[in-house]
Amino acid sequence: MKFRLYRYSPETDAKPRMQDVDLDIDPAGKMLLDALIAIKAQDETLSLRRSCREGVCGSDAMNVNGKNRLACITPLGELKEPIEVRPLPGLPVIRDLIVDMEPFYRQYRSIKPWLINDEPEPEVERLQSPEDRALLDGAYECILCACCTTACPSFWWNPDKFVGPAGLLQAYRFIADSRDEATSARLDNVEDPYRLYRCHGIMNCVDACPKGLNPTEAIGRIKSLLVKRRV
Amino acid sequence: MKPATGAHAGTGIWLVQRATAVVLAVALPGLMAHFLLALPVDFSGWQGLFAPLWVRVLLLLTALALALHAWVGVRDIFMDYIHFTSLRLALYLAVIVILTGSVVWLAAVLWGPA
Repeated sequence: MKFRLYRYSPETDAKPRMQDVDLDIDPAGKMLLDALIAIKAQDETLSLRRSCREGVCGSDAMNVNGKNRLACITPLGELKEPIEVRPLPGLPVIRDLIVDMEPFYRQYRSIKPWLINDEPEPEVERLQSPEDRALLDGAYECILCACCTTACPSFWWNPDKFVGPAGLLQAYRFIADSRDEATSARLDNVEDPYRLYRCHGIMNCVDACPKGLNPTEAIGRIKSLLVKRRV
Repeated sequence: MKPATGAHAGTGIWLVQRATAVVLAVALPGLMAHFLLALPVDFSGWQGLFAPLWVRVLLLLTALALALHAWVGVRDIFMDYIHFTSLRLALYLAVIVILTGSVVWLAAVLWGPA
């Protein structure tokens, strides 16, 4: 199979280049990550992140034939050749397919992704009704792979100010949590022309999410709550 | 410098964009029908189309909604792409002058001497 890989080594390359690779591999039952690991076995200088190899850890997010995906759950046979593999767009490249995730994590940290509840801790656990728990479905499953945020043009233009779809989905996850007491402060935190309202609803995030989540819907719910609070 | 968060702003103007979109969706086809159904018209017929007060009021309100809608959209584009605050402010000002001028001009035309 034919591959075109983005290669960049800051120590030796003045600028990034595309490397054509021919790999003898039967695509049946194999994922893109299997091919990349086989290529790395031939050329150990190829650098990429991967860990769980089953779409849970979110390490091997990359841009494949123009779309952000997880290499470990992308079937090889479904990809058109030559398979063009690039690092996630919009983040600084450290080496080859490895990007600096710090701008993404900084936005994630900014929404305080933890439960805020100053009530005395109960004897056993903080209980939720099944209905309240159901509100978290579609929000808690995010694995922070950054496929969505790095597919968002608003994040490309304003990565320092726009929280991005992943961060906003997590913001909603805690706003919707019945056990969280900081709802107003969380809404205050995102009610901002840049932090929230750079989202123009183009839904690249929905298209990119390898877990099938819908950040645009969560962003819409945050906007609805802000409108209800205001009018 | 560390970024300041939560300006407590943005919701109002986002609502304005949504509300003006609804106004435009309703008013534009109505006005279009009013003018298209009267075609073909000569000059006096054309002037007659603007004679009823409701036509002039509706046209001005629609233009106002269009200007507000355009303002939110253009402001969004500038916020996305223009990162120099001084340049962005200057462009905001230019757009505000053009849009306000256009609406006032339309009012002057509609209520001016025939």
